[in-house]
Amino acid sequence: MIVLEKRPQPSKAWSYATPLVAVVATMVFGGLLFAILGKNPVEAIGTIFWEPLFGEFSFYYRPQLLVKGAPLVLIAIGLSLGFRAGIWNIGAEGQYIMGAIFGAGVGLAFYPLDAWYVFPLMVIAGAFGGWIWAMIPAFLKVRFGTNEILVSLMLVYVAEQFLASVSLGLLKNPEGFGFPGSRNLQSYDAAHNAELIAGSGMHWGVVAAFVSVIFAYVLLNRHMLGFHIRLTGEAPRAAKFAGVNPPRLILFCLGVSGALAGLAGMFEVSGPSGVVSIDFNVGYGFTAIIVAFLGRLHPIGILLAGGLMALTYIGGEIAQSQLGLPAAAIQVFQGMLLFFLLAFDLLTNYRIRAARSEVA
Amino acid sequence: MKFTSLLASAAMALGLATGAVAEDKTKVGFVYVGPVGDGGWTYEHDKGRQAVEKHFGDKVETVYVESVPEGPDAERVMTQMALEGADLIFTTSFGYMDPTINVAKKFPNVKFEHATGYKTAPNVSVYSARFYEGRAVQGTIAGRMTKSNIIGYIGSYPIPEVIRGINSAYIHAKKVNPDVQFKIVWAYTWFDPAKEADAAKVLIEQGADVILQHTDSTAPQAAAQEAGNVITFGQASDMSEYAPLPRVSSIIDNWAPYYIARTQAVMDGTWESVNTWHGIKEGMVEIGEISEAVPADVKAEALALKDAIASGEYHPFTGPLNKQDGSPWLAEGEVADDGTLAGMNFYVEGLEGEIPQ
Repeated sequence: MIVLEKRPQPSKAWSYATPLVAVVATMVFGGLLFAILGKNPVEAIGTIFWEPLFGEFSFYYRPQLLVKGAPLVLIAIGLSLGFRAGIWNIGAEGQYIMGAIFGAGVGLAFYPLDAWYVFPLMVIAGAFGGWIWAMIPAFLKVRFGTNEILVSLMLVYVAEQFLASVSLGLLKNPEGFGFPGSRNLQSYDAAHNAELIAGSGMHWGVVAAFVSVIFAYVLLNRHMLGFHIRLTGEAPRAAKFAGVNPPRLILFCLGVSGALAGLAGMFEVSGPSGVVSIDFNVGYGFTAIIVAFLGRLHPIGILLAGGLMALTYIGGEIAQSQLGLPAAAIQVFQGMLLFFLLAFDLLTNYRIRAARSEVA
Repeated sequence: MKFTSLLASAAMALGLATGAVAEDKTKVGFVYVGPVGDGGWTYEHDKGRQAVEKHFGDKVETVYVESVPEGPDAERVMTQMALEGADLIFTTSFGYMDPTINVAKKFPNVKFEHATGYKTAPNVSVYSARFYEGRAVQGTIAGRMTKSNIIGYIGSYPIPEVIRGINSAYIHAKKVNPDVQFKIVWAYTWFDPAKEADAAKVLIEQGADVILQHTDSTAPQAAAQEAGNVITFGQASDMSEYAPLPRVSSIIDNWAPYYIARTQAVMDGTWESVNTWHGIKEGMVEIGEISEAVPADVKAEALALKDAIASGEYHPFTGPLNKQDGSPWLAEGEVADDGTLAGMNFYVEGLEGEIPQ
């Protein structure tokens, strides 16, 4: 018989070790899955984790890791603040979409004006779009006590309809022969979020992601507000005595996560993507939830987790085309990562002990 | 610019390297928007890929990546294929248009073929099929078969290709059955079995006993089978597992001949940028077996229409035709030109509802 025994204190060692153990377990079981599919597991795992970083074409893939990881990190940082305080914003995908629509909308409104202030205005509009979308669940929660999980999630679908509508109407490219989708912002210099150094993958969104990590780290460790966020999550009763104002905290956490998700959408639409189209969103807002937890809701952890997630995406595509692995197998592989993380998380709070069976 | 030349030189170096190792193995890449097992659009493209492999044997190597989202991810996948030495890359969804053009600029020596788009370049061709010809045959059968006179239509996105199909089906259903009425639901997806099934159920509840779909999964077929007394048509692929009922016929996209011809052109060094729009005549659009659930006279009528289209004797958009608002479009005997068809953004007279904007 094996029994679980609750630890008096969460184990610090395990809380650091579980992400690594989860990655190793994912490799083992993922390898097993690939072997069942008739592929060489060592080669497959090697392709996913090695090729993008050190392979023949890593000069192309390394910058792509930044491009793929930046929106994940930016969104996850925002989400982690709320998650720490027990405020669950599940609708980052919607805030990401609204940020993109607002940002691109401002840019397209100025087309073809070539002025330095177009891009900064788009940045502000993008953050505003995400913020206002997150304010809906925040306001409803503060005012009427609604559940922010449901409201923010449902608003994702509203945002998707909005996206479809503007792609087909308001923001449609007038020179697009009736096809949906906006003008390509990549060919409008004043609005283009171009790479800061050609070939580096470093665009303003990547810069924003790194800045957000530093900002979150300082906030959580050096600032009263950060202390309140942590306290509310860890000891709600103590937080009350410490003078935490819950409505203000809700507005702050949802607002920041919405604004950051909006920024991510804006940087994506004005840079790597270029166009507002019906299928613009590809799930960054949802994947960022995994990234936030994989990173233990810690800014540095999120940075690493975002990189790891990006690696599995890019490596997964390489494995598909080189080894003929099906896309579904790669998705299972990614899912395993979260599954094992949550499973091994048990060890942070519990101890496994062998009990003598006759006692029962 | 530095990056561009870096990529180009890398690609060139690789081209030389592979040229030295494997003398004449042509590498062909395919980028798919759905899973190869979708049973519809992507499934047929993948059959085309397999046909290329079979036809050329050892002389060719094909690679593919499935379920690639449209946008930056697609651009990365194409770049990756080009870097790894692909000579020819087929990008099989409309949303891959700008990514294809972007990547093609970086790899002037790699040939690209983009399905259903309109942007070309010296190394980018576009190709599509005249699905509307199949829709005409479908509309004829649908108009004859419906008892409730309500035909349900699951649209994917309100883009010209889909609108063209709706118009063509409606014109020909109306021709054989003046009382026919179309109900259109927009699913805003190419492939989402749950959404497609919901759309089919809504249409059936509204009295439709024929369901046409411009989405790629077999979910509407399953929903119709469950409801009973509802007929459907296979989309993009034959979907014959649902024959003889509810699936009574289908439009099949046959990409294999085109893919083989284009691969051959790359091998021969005769490839050049073209704009291909083939229909029933060339075999790119096929009409799947009309099942025994369709009465013989209706079947004969449908096949006669198919033959007339194939021989060029009849064009599905032949006047007199008015636009939805009643304004004249085509005069008696006038035939729509390809430019208007390619950008079609209006319904013909008689269709109800508005195209979402």
